[in-house]
Amino acid sequence: MTRYRPRFSRTERTLHWANAVGFFFLLATGLTLYLPSLAVLVGRRQIVQVVHFYAGIAWIAVLAAIVLLGDRRGILRTARELDEFDRDDLRWLIGRRPAPQGRFNAGQKLNSLLTAAFALLFLVSGLLLWFGERNTRYRFVSTVLLHDGLMYISLALLVGHLYLALIHPTTRHSLRGITLGSVSEEWAARHHPRWTPE
Amino acid sequence: MTEIEPGAIVPRTRRFGRGVFLGTVLTGVSSLYWGANVWSRVSSALSPLENAIPLIPTGGWRIYTISGTMPRFDAETWRLRIGGEVAKPLSLDYRELLSLPRVEQVSTFHCVTGWTVKNVHWGGVRIADVLALAGPGATAHALEFVSAEVPYTDYLTLEQSRLHDVMLAYEMDGAPLLREHGAPVRLVIPEMYGYKNVKWLNGINLVPELKSGYWEQLGYDENAWVGHSNGYGI
Repeated sequence: MTRYRPRFSRTERTLHWANAVGFFFLLATGLTLYLPSLAVLVGRRQIVQVVHFYAGIAWIAVLAAIVLLGDRRGILRTARELDEFDRDDLRWLIGRRPAPQGRFNAGQKLNSLLTAAFALLFLVSGLLLWFGERNTRYRFVSTVLLHDGLMYISLALLVGHLYLALIHPTTRHSLRGITLGSVSEEWAARHHPRWTPE
Repeated sequence: MTEIEPGAIVPRTRRFGRGVFLGTVLTGVSSLYWGANVWSRVSSALSPLENAIPLIPTGGWRIYTISGTMPRFDAETWRLRIGGEVAKPLSLDYRELLSLPRVEQVSTFHCVTGWTVKNVHWGGVRIADVLALAGPGATAHALEFVSAEVPYTDYLTLEQSRLHDVMLAYEMDGAPLLREHGAPVRLVIPEMYGYKNVKWLNGINLVPELKSGYWEQLGYDENAWVGHSNGYGI
């Protein structure tokens, strides 16, 4: 019988899916504002703009609420894991093997760190776009560029993330961890040998 | 606990994560100051490639509208009305507009929100050629441009409208102006930000003086000089 080991806590999973739902909704409404062909099709720019803006605010607020109301200590522990890179993590990043990994491999650490930083930057540039339209004090020539650039890089990260989580045969077992919370011991030992459950 | 063999080296950890996070945030925030400059250099370097394969799906354009749906152009019913203080009010249909002396120009389009589209190829007519047909009155000093997207209007002084590259454009990049770009004709004044470049134009009125257009009533500058208005370069 397959034995399983818990990988992601309820708070972590909630955080992940709230982030995913928010991101896809913002991507859809954002592309409607961004792509001329979609803009022609949908129209109602003012309404889409308001929906996109408040959805963005809600997205960040919900993420913050999950951290505050959830297992704060667990999240702090996770943050520490993401902070720490050892020599094997660096070896892993440049493709050297063997490079035994912990609960997060170095790529997952980078992806999480970038995703968190981007959420903050999306918020800052989004607020500047919103208020810059109303007051020149908040207007920078590059705000739009930053917001769009974040979208392009996030999209690239997302494509890689979806490929590894859904398609790539040896990694897609991890989907079980972020949905049900646990992964098989055997898979964990193979992909994350340095991960020692508490 | 994993067993650690005697003598095995426990990998030393470094707190790189916070560096990645903070570095990314700082790079992003500081790009508010350097982003446009760097991007303009990168995009000029990439422009030969961009011509072959469009890297940005929008061609760099963003479509801003103020109403629920974009005006739809019908060549049979569309008219450009020239009125206000003129000797002879006019109503041009699409064919009559196309029969006026045609000019072409390549100019850069700047939006006040920070994006720019370089080397846009416009085809259209000079305002002077249209006004000549109507005969501006002696007391007229400004033009009111009326969009089919109600209530969008904007204004130029007669003097501003005579700048060498101001035009009423009915073609963009070799094709009739697309709906999202203001079909069938839009105002183009490259020296000023996009909000002065009224789309879906269907009326020009000669008026005694400059007034506040749609965005100016919401706080934008009446004289929308690129780089010298709306909080930039002041």
